[in-house]
Amino acid sequence: MSEWLSQSSLDAIAAERSKYPPEQARSALLAALRIAQEEHGYLPEPLIEHVAAILGVPAIQAFEVATFYTMYDLQPVGRHQFCVCGSVSCFLNGSDEILAHLQERLGIGIGETTADGLFTIKEVECLGACKDAPMMQLGDRYIEDLTPQKLDDLIAQLRKEAEQ
Amino acid sequence: MTTETYVNGVTLRNRGLPDSHRLQVYQDTGGYQALRKVLLEGMTPEQIINEMKTSALRGRGGAGFPTGLKWSFMPKGVTGRKYLLCNADEGEPGTCKDRDIMRYEPHRLIEGMIIGAYAMGARAGYIFIRGEFIEPIRIVEAALAEAYAAGLLGEKILGTDFSFDLYVHRGAGAYICGEETALMEALEGKKGQPRFKPPFPASYGLYGQPTTINNVETFASVPDIITRGGQWFLDLGKPNNGGTKIFSVTGHVRRPGNFEVPMGTPFAELLEMAGGLRPGRKLKAVIPGGTSTAMVAGAQMMEVTMDYDSISKAGSALGAGSVIIIDDSVCIVKVVERIARFYMHESCGQCTPCREGMGWLWRVMHRIENGQGRESDLELLQNVGSRIEGRTICALADGGVAPVTSSLRLFPDEYLHHVRHKTCLVGADAARRVA
Repeated sequence: MSEWLSQSSLDAIAAERSKYPPEQARSALLAALRIAQEEHGYLPEPLIEHVAAILGVPAIQAFEVATFYTMYDLQPVGRHQFCVCGSVSCFLNGSDEILAHLQERLGIGIGETTADGLFTIKEVECLGACKDAPMMQLGDRYIEDLTPQKLDDLIAQLRKEAEQ
Repeated sequence: MTTETYVNGVTLRNRGLPDSHRLQVYQDTGGYQALRKVLLEGMTPEQIINEMKTSALRGRGGAGFPTGLKWSFMPKGVTGRKYLLCNADEGEPGTCKDRDIMRYEPHRLIEGMIIGAYAMGARAGYIFIRGEFIEPIRIVEAALAEAYAAGLLGEKILGTDFSFDLYVHRGAGAYICGEETALMEALEGKKGQPRFKPPFPASYGLYGQPTTINNVETFASVPDIITRGGQWFLDLGKPNNGGTKIFSVTGHVRRPGNFEVPMGTPFAELLEMAGGLRPGRKLKAVIPGGTSTAMVAGAQMMEVTMDYDSISKAGSALGAGSVIIIDDSVCIVKVVERIARFYMHESCGQCTPCREGMGWLWRVMHRIENGQGRESDLELLQNVGSRIEGRTICALADGGVAPVTSSLRLFPDEYLHHVRHKTCLVGADAARRVA
């Protein structure tokens, strides 16, 4: 355990670190930041500094990574992030309508989070599942061939899970 | 041409089998026989590389560089570490094939990499998988564990003196990491910004060591080339365009999907496999190789065969085989505006012409699309494009220019209508779901 991370997160970081040569601790930065974010929900500055310290690299190197890549959240986000792909194959199959429907149902705009902290809507670029358009990423999952009905069912299900 | 027989015949051959991602299923269908042939029957690295050259396999990630030749660039007889990398940072709009190889055939990729490592003397390798691909990451990691447990990876593979360690490195969200040197930077824990070439990876790659990097589909083609011979693979396709290739057909078709067919298959046949167009629609344009390749007019595309040379003659490129179908229901300006947004978002910011230029192109496209364009904007787009191309470290910016300039050339009337009438030439309810 550290002030920020559980033992299992620290173990996971150590396992990632072991993939790279002894002098290349920096290589584990992408993974270590991801693991920290998975535990904490997002990456506040002190946590980024903490991750750098665990790997023994200068904090600036961790900040560079955390601010360059899109999968790191530097601000709190909703428990469920609807990351809707808006790139060309999804666009040709109606991703704009999917985004409009989500915004209307949740009463928030793109990039915003619902007041209960449950949902965030993001529009992202190509997720590499173009044959299953329109699609989005939700946590670990890709949800494909989206329709308004599918979204409504999903939102209802996630709300129900949150109440339990 | 044996299209019927060889649809999905090489890298996606087992896709329809239950548990095709498991070692047992792969071995039951001939998996790891190529590795046994190499290691236990004493095939030399030179023989492997010669088979690869004979096969005319060209890099499946988009650039189409001959794989055997690339492998021959790795320095021989040097001591010190050499690395083998797999580029699984699939992310160019329209491209969705490597994901399926990893989900359904991870061992075919792993076997191809072990053979490559043996041929080039690499002792360690990394599969760089984009971070969003969590399902493929888990499947590939499970397959690696199976391979280690079976003595196919690690120390003394299959009881020989050859050892090779292979790991997954997850990306964290950046299209640019599909550029090979940016990928190496990301593997080193840095921002994914491309390096100047030369030096090329074979002399200065990961951690400054000799490195070879290939795409997922490229590696997954290797086992069959070894077991059945380079000539067999070459004969599947056509000269200089060996083998089969996965084409991801997406956009305005009735059954989008991945279709692995012999190189040289007529585009019209491929379109048919994908269910053809929606009822009553006409083929307007095709982007044959992912959004970084130039748009081709529909009528011209119907005459093209799906191979590097034929598509190149049509003024575009085969790229990663990412075939985006655009029918007559959509305004080309709107499509290109969307594509331009991608390049603005994904520019890594290192080179000024790209960092500023991709945003500039999008802003001009955006104002044309939104009825605020001027007639001079059309020339402006051409000018900006020509001042970006060839002036950056990597090919991202050229890829961002291609859809703009090719669409301007093919569909000037749609652009002109936009600036003159402040609205689309085509119906406004353009992008509708397949009925």
